[in-house]
Amino acid sequence: MLKLETMQVQKGDFHLSGSLQIAAGTRVAVIGPSGAGKSTLLEAIAGFQPLQSGRILWNGDDLAGKPPGARPGAMLFQDGNLFPHLTVRQNVRLGIDANRRLSAQEDAQVSQALKRVGLGEMADRKPAALSGGQQSRAALARVLVQGCALLLLDEPFAALGPALKAEMLDLVADIATDCGATLLMVSHDPQDARRIAEQVILVAEAVVSPPAPTAMLLDNPPPALRAYLGSDAGD
Amino acid sequence: MALRAQPVTLRPVATWPGTCAALGVALLVLGTLTAVALRAEGPAGLGPADWSALRFTLLQASLSALFSIGLAVPVARAMARRRFFGRRVLITLLGAPFILPVIVAILGLLAVFGRSGWVSDLLALFGFAPVQIYGLHGVVIAHVFFNLPLATRLILQGWQEIPAERFRLTAQLNAGPRAMWRLLEAPMLRQVLPGATAVVFAICLSSFAVALTLGGGPKSTTLELAIYQAFHFDFDLGRAAMLSGVQLGLTVIAALLALRVPPGDGFGGGLDRAVSRWDGRGIGSRLLDSLWISLAALFLILPLLAVLVAGVPGLMSLPSSVWSATWVSLQVAALSTTLLLLIALPLSASIALGRKALGEVAGILGLAASPLVIGTGLFVLVYPIADPFALALPVTAVVNMVMALPFALRILIPRVRQVMQQNSRLALALDMRGTAFWWQVLLPRCRAQIGFAAGLTAALSLGDLGVIALFADPEVATLPLQVYRLMGAYRMEAAQGAALLLFILSMAAFWLLDRGGRFHAEA
Repeated sequence: MLKLETMQVQKGDFHLSGSLQIAAGTRVAVIGPSGAGKSTLLEAIAGFQPLQSGRILWNGDDLAGKPPGARPGAMLFQDGNLFPHLTVRQNVRLGIDANRRLSAQEDAQVSQALKRVGLGEMADRKPAALSGGQQSRAALARVLVQGCALLLLDEPFAALGPALKAEMLDLVADIATDCGATLLMVSHDPQDARRIAEQVILVAEAVVSPPAPTAMLLDNPPPALRAYLGSDAGD
Repeated sequence: MALRAQPVTLRPVATWPGTCAALGVALLVLGTLTAVALRAEGPAGLGPADWSALRFTLLQASLSALFSIGLAVPVARAMARRRFFGRRVLITLLGAPFILPVIVAILGLLAVFGRSGWVSDLLALFGFAPVQIYGLHGVVIAHVFFNLPLATRLILQGWQEIPAERFRLTAQLNAGPRAMWRLLEAPMLRQVLPGATAVVFAICLSSFAVALTLGGGPKSTTLELAIYQAFHFDFDLGRAAMLSGVQLGLTVIAALLALRVPPGDGFGGGLDRAVSRWDGRGIGSRLLDSLWISLAALFLILPLLAVLVAGVPGLMSLPSSVWSATWVSLQVAALSTTLLLLIALPLSASIALGRKALGEVAGILGLAASPLVIGTGLFVLVYPIADPFALALPVTAVVNMVMALPFALRILIPRVRQVMQQNSRLALALDMRGTAFWWQVLLPRCRAQIGFAAGLTAALSLGDLGVIALFADPEVATLPLQVYRLMGAYRMEAAQGAALLLFILSMAAFWLLDRGGRFHAEA
């Protein structure tokens, strides 16, 4: 279970606060206007943003002071999820351990993850030789071997076309289900939330609201969400 | 960026190795300086010869800066507004003097401007007396040869940094040459020229090899040359130390001035970018530009050509002393380049991670440190415990490394910073740190810059004729020193052959390392 206790984050002039609780294995979309603090929320959980006060707990464990690499789960950013000078396989290997050579057994695990995302044939290509969708798949393969108890997605598919994005979201949902991951996914698009998220967190006006069931929230949006979604809200 | 918020924990590599590297360099420069200062507490003040050396140093540096900059402005202007066949080659050529061994250029300049050189021959046809190259003229000509290209690149960069929109606007306003000058060129030059002048002045202050070969005599001795003479001929350590102190004062002042230059790289990144220009279409300005470009190209190419032409006969029958000197030079350059990478890489990582003070310290020390001052200091330090002459080669390698350090940092830091910014977050998320980050991310991603910096250092070290002249006994020589000795013995054919060999080696070392870094490198 992921728990935010009166979390306060200060990032330059920007301030973000909120409390919430997410049950293990839940798929949650984080939506809200740009600049409201969606990415900051994920960065705080992943350990890239220090807390000013409050606590972030994972299964009762306080994450304060833990560097990003020592926190549970994996994060995918908007871009730069792969090292461009390493092959896909080398990139995925880093998910198991970035600081040592891998055993044969671990290498088999890498091959399996690559196969799982449909990149078995392209393991020895560099990211530049892959399409946008294939690059996303490679990053997801790494997430698979990283151990995906907590999966944080900061709009990694924003640059993909609608069909490809839907495909990736389905793959993410499959992966999350397979390993019982708790998923937090930033999105601009309420359709993304409807597609794979059971719950939605609204981040608006520098406040993180607790999660609410997706359909309920999107069908009856509160004023802040209504303003963001525009006139066709509640479709 | 998110990474700045928590700088203490969010670093993929530690900053202490860089701090140690900076401390080591500071200790070397300041330690030798202290050794010199303690030694200089002799009774004597500056004698008449010393004052004359100080005056000559300032005079030749001022004249060299004045001529280099004065000539560079029209050349840069012509290159900025003309597209012509060979422009890229010429821009590359403008970078060549930087890694060209001084002694090679001197031989080339002698062949062109010397008493029996090409220009004198030409003048003799019309009944004029030959040109006089030894003394102030020669020193200034050589300095202009080395610094005109640098000044041209710095000023050309100023021209290239004028936004394309401004040129469009002036074209729309139908601005003539005078208006162009007032609206665009004069304001840009006001910003660029003081810095460029200070850089050239600072470089010429520390001139040793040029003064050693073309100067000399009581009237044209620079401070660095005077240090060498006090050492080599009189073995007067106290006087050498005192002169070193004066030299250091000068270079520190000049370095502080030069450091106020906006940090353009001066190595020509983006200098061949095409900007659409609509001005300067008149026949007069076209002729003028062609004239300047041709003159500058001739001034650069002729001496190099002379080295090739004069060197070939001697190359076939080089004395064995040249081959042993070549082997020595290669060892010194290899050691110097290795040391440089061991110092510059951790240092640039620390600077890229926000330890800015380290960069400034290293920059000032690198620019202000004079090879002969460090050499004198090391000599003073080593003298009581060991035979300094036995340490000539390692000392030369270390001094060459310090000299190359500021340039290497300028090449490495921007790239290291970029790689850190692009990859730190992902590396931290994967818990990749320390050596793993160095080997898997930083080194492969900076390969091109590492190759460039290594190539530059190897070429500089191969061509350096400085501290080795101070330390070497008659049995040992680097290749540049051997060329100088052959010249001194009037064995010109052998000297020219060896100079051609040195030229080829320096260019090859630079080319191999630079190319090696970029070979199969991804963008």
